[in-house]
Amino acid sequence: MKDKIFKILLLSASCLILLLTAGVIYALISQSISAFSEFGFFGFISSGEWDSQNDVYGALPFITGTLMTAVLALLFCIPFSLSVALFNGEYFRGRKIATVVSSVVDLLAGIPSIVFGLWGFYVLRPVLIDMGVNAQGFGVLLASIVLAIMIIAYASSLSTEFISMVPNELKEGAYSLGATNLEVIRSVSLPTAWSGIFASYILALGRALGETMAVTMLIGNTNNIPQSLADTGNTMASLIANQFGEASGLKLSSLMALGLLLFLITAAINFVAKNVMKFVSR
Amino acid sequence: MTKKIHTKTEYRKAKDKLFFGIVCLFSALTMIPLFLIIWELLKRGYKQFNLDLFTKIAPTSMDAMFAKMSGDAIPGGILNGLTGTLLMLVLATIMAIPVGILTGIYLAEKPKGKFSSIIRNLSDLLQGIPSIVIGVIVYFWVVKPMYSFSALAGGVALAIMMLPMIIRSTEESVKMLPASLKEAGLALGGSYTTVILRVLLPSAFGGLFTGSLLAVSRVMGETAPLLVTALGASAINWDITQPTSAVPLLIWEFYNDPNLSSLIWATSLLLLLIVLGTNLIAKSISRKWKIQ
Repeated sequence: MKDKIFKILLLSASCLILLLTAGVIYALISQSISAFSEFGFFGFISSGEWDSQNDVYGALPFITGTLMTAVLALLFCIPFSLSVALFNGEYFRGRKIATVVSSVVDLLAGIPSIVFGLWGFYVLRPVLIDMGVNAQGFGVLLASIVLAIMIIAYASSLSTEFISMVPNELKEGAYSLGATNLEVIRSVSLPTAWSGIFASYILALGRALGETMAVTMLIGNTNNIPQSLADTGNTMASLIANQFGEASGLKLSSLMALGLLLFLITAAINFVAKNVMKFVSR
Repeated sequence: MTKKIHTKTEYRKAKDKLFFGIVCLFSALTMIPLFLIIWELLKRGYKQFNLDLFTKIAPTSMDAMFAKMSGDAIPGGILNGLTGTLLMLVLATIMAIPVGILTGIYLAEKPKGKFSSIIRNLSDLLQGIPSIVIGVIVYFWVVKPMYSFSALAGGVALAIMMLPMIIRSTEESVKMLPASLKEAGLALGGSYTTVILRVLLPSAFGGLFTGSLLAVSRVMGETAPLLVTALGASAINWDITQPTSAVPLLIWEFYNDPNLSSLIWATSLLLLLIVLGTNLIAKSISRKWKIQ
């Protein structure tokens, strides 16, 4: 009898996860439906206008801003995270120095988003102004650089694992043929671990897409489609954070529609990454 | 002929060395931002990092302005944020840990079932949701029906963010236990419940504890979801149905108010120390626990 109750308890806790997810999806859809019925799904995502006065809302500038900053951040972070992954997973695998490097990089992931934002605002922004990027320093470039630093830890810790999972026999074979370290990395380690590394970058991209506070503080918060790296813009997440407080009616619904889009994009990204990883481990 | 081979080998070796150098350089560069950030916070924050920070509530913009005009240091601290963060973390932990641990045990006990795989996927899905989206969802779940921003809403938002991490760490640490442990318990005549509660859970305690601690440290610095759920408050509040402040929310307030901006640094320094400290403690416990 007691066992039965306990088993039911376990099952019901799991069902709660089911319920929670259903609740998340329900809230997003039910709240965004009036925006979608007003502008139409494709109308909403293809319109560039976000005008509170005329109550007209379109998501294109923010979708563009989000994708632009996230992809740029990923590009910036690749040389660094790949180096860290090779350093920890290939050159110094299992050594003390690898533990030190990976702990330091992991700590980077622990820094709150808002502290990154402050640092970007007070330290990095003046540097960009001095370099003559633009007058205020705010913009896509500033946001992407800080985002890149924020996601390095995610990208590198997972790819380190995949690189160190490459079987030793394969590498030894190449070494015995006279290959140098670089040649082993290029023709054995990276091709073998490639899909895992790819998956970890996709996950890092997902992180970058959803980042809110740091981006809000750095991107400039203008409702236009960014034309260049130096241009200001806005992302879906930062727009929600900025305007949610005073929004109501159709505007609130449009913000929720943005939330739904963001949810769908990140869900799709996680789905892809997960399946790539499943494919790897098989 | 031999000379040609020789130079080619030299070339390959040089290229190899160069690449190694680049990898080391970039790895070193990656570590720099952490120290730059800590340095910046120390440099600008140490002056305000005093007892007042822990014992006084955040000053109003007016007080700060008068102090600034007469050239004094800004009075006040972040006590209301500290208590708010504590309150919401306790609420989130109370909600997330039982559900997370029970679900984790379920997944570890039934690793192959279809239902388990659905739950596992959903948990991953929840983990991937951007924190601001979780915030606005909780706004509609809790804030709107209660007609007020509240510590409870903030706690729910943080709990949802903690849940997937706790589920994952529970599942993994229970799975790591040897099957013989459970079998021995059952062979001694223990019921299923007894074996799980008295044998499996205590043995996996280290893993559960560090997993939960890491989850707490992960959500401690979250600002975006609290912005739309707990909102913030200028006084200390222990009523879970009322708007409540939190340390990250105060940083956001200070950032937006030029009069208060000198408090940003000490507050951020404190937040960073707490978050990284919790993180390091959790990791060192997990390292110890794995060895023994």
